[in-house]
Amino acid sequence: MTADALGTPRSPRLGRLEPAALAAVMSRDVVLFKRYWKATTFSSIVQPVIYLLAFGLGFGNLIHSVGHLKYVQYVATGVVATAVLFSSAFPGMFNTFIRWQFQRTYDALLAAPIDVEELITAEILWVSIRAGVYGCAPLIVGFFWGLEPEPGMLLVPLIGFVTGFGFCSFGVLVAAVAKTIDNFNYVTSAVLTPMFLVAGTFFPISALPAGLRTIALFNPLYHCVALVRDASLQQFSSGDIVHVAVLLAWALLLWRLAVWRLEQRLID
Amino acid sequence: MEESAPAAAIELRSVVKRFGELTAVDHLDLIVPNGICLGLLGPNGAGKSTTMRMLTAQAIATDGSITVLGFRLPEQSKAARMAMGVVPQLDNLDVELTCRQILTVFARLYRVPGPERAAAVQRALQIANLTGRADTIVRELSGGMRRRLLVARGLIHRPQLLLLDEPTVGLDPQVRQELWTLIDGLRADGVTVLMSTHYIEEAERLADTVAVMSAGRIIAQGTPAELVLDHAGREVVEVYGPPAQLAELEADAERRGWRHRRSGPAVAVLRAEQLDGDAPEGVRRPANLEDAFVALTGQQIE
Repeated sequence: MTADALGTPRSPRLGRLEPAALAAVMSRDVVLFKRYWKATTFSSIVQPVIYLLAFGLGFGNLIHSVGHLKYVQYVATGVVATAVLFSSAFPGMFNTFIRWQFQRTYDALLAAPIDVEELITAEILWVSIRAGVYGCAPLIVGFFWGLEPEPGMLLVPLIGFVTGFGFCSFGVLVAAVAKTIDNFNYVTSAVLTPMFLVAGTFFPISALPAGLRTIALFNPLYHCVALVRDASLQQFSSGDIVHVAVLLAWALLLWRLAVWRLEQRLID
Repeated sequence: MEESAPAAAIELRSVVKRFGELTAVDHLDLIVPNGICLGLLGPNGAGKSTTMRMLTAQAIATDGSITVLGFRLPEQSKAARMAMGVVPQLDNLDVELTCRQILTVFARLYRVPGPERAAAVQRALQIANLTGRADTIVRELSGGMRRRLLVARGLIHRPQLLLLDEPTVGLDPQVRQELWTLIDGLRADGVTVLMSTHYIEEAERLADTVAVMSAGRIIAQGTPAELVLDHAGREVVEVYGPPAQLAELEADAERRGWRHRRSGPAVAVLRAEQLDGDAPEGVRRPANLEDAFVALTGQQIE
């Protein structure tokens, strides 16, 4: 190095949520993904596919249809939301906690010209993009069991992205609140599992008792399931506007909460 | 950065940082002029790391004002971080990535433009003497190499200012020497360095100016030679003997108002050159920074 170490200062735009900052943080995720894509992809796809096979083939022999849908259509479209949930909420919780507490990665990144909002947003963005892609896996598997490809299915990655953004943010928020990594067990058992069971994935929420049905209406995963099903079967209705609104509101709210809470924890 | 270059790279004025009941930094005043290496020397718990974290706005001061490279913190800290490099005390490298991958990610974080990125990475690898290890995964590097990579990472964007938090803590002597050579080279290139350390030898060897920190504030500042002269005098006499004799000497020194300290198996009496004929029998040696440090803080450190 020579005297030009003192060199000319660059003066890039230093605002909030700079695209360059987001891209830089995500470039790290991309490099890591290139190394781990097999394991990540396997775990994100295999579990929903097992649900699909177990319910679709197992239950499918007993129940041939739900309303006017063949059961395989019903489950394959429903399990998309499960795949999105698994590939967003868990990375949100575990990646955040591990990178922040164990690997101290966030300490390193925040010493660079990146603020907490950019750091967290980039991490969530990356996970949501992945979730949008992984969410398509159940549909592809469904094609082998008689699910018909439809143009509306092209919207599924987008729906998965928005839903994943909310659930990843939820995971980050949980990590920001958790005292130890074991705390995640409570969230998985008490929040995520019920959410995924009363979302209209395997049976319609109309089959639930009235009280539980009302609760299910507040479950963002239910709105994801409904929207994916409508898009995949080309059966759009005015109710889809509500589903979109709920998913966007969920994503926005949890994103802001995650940034706010983690900022408090990361900056002394 | 419209204004002309500020006179000081870092200016802390009456900075206070409290964590609940604990006051980690207590009305700290510190100025780091451009182009020098300032060693922040203090025992563990003196507030050095907290001070370092405040300079990157990873900790926000409770009170007082902080300016880094002319930028007011915490409001303009992002602009300040753009122009400075940071080498953390704890290794926070991505262990599954290669040296080149890590440096490339950081080149992006510091907004090094795409076409210049590969050259910046190459240059950083050279500085850290890791060119041959560019594509080795961090997990497979030795402790010394990892520490050099941390320095290279902090230099990827050619910062005007480098913060080094305990750069050689926990390293073996040979690796420490390597790092010292590296840091020496930076100073020669005109990079301003603020280095915290609790190794006296490190401060003595690298720092143009040493600021002694204790209980959250700076209690003395100067070149190592000035600090030694001001606080330990020119010579020290070290007296060896059985414990009883040493205890007697200490009591005697106390009575006569001599500065003294325990130094291993001996009692060292400071400012021996001023004691004329009264000086106890013992081994005379030049006073050093450790004598000054102990005289200042009352604490023994490495």
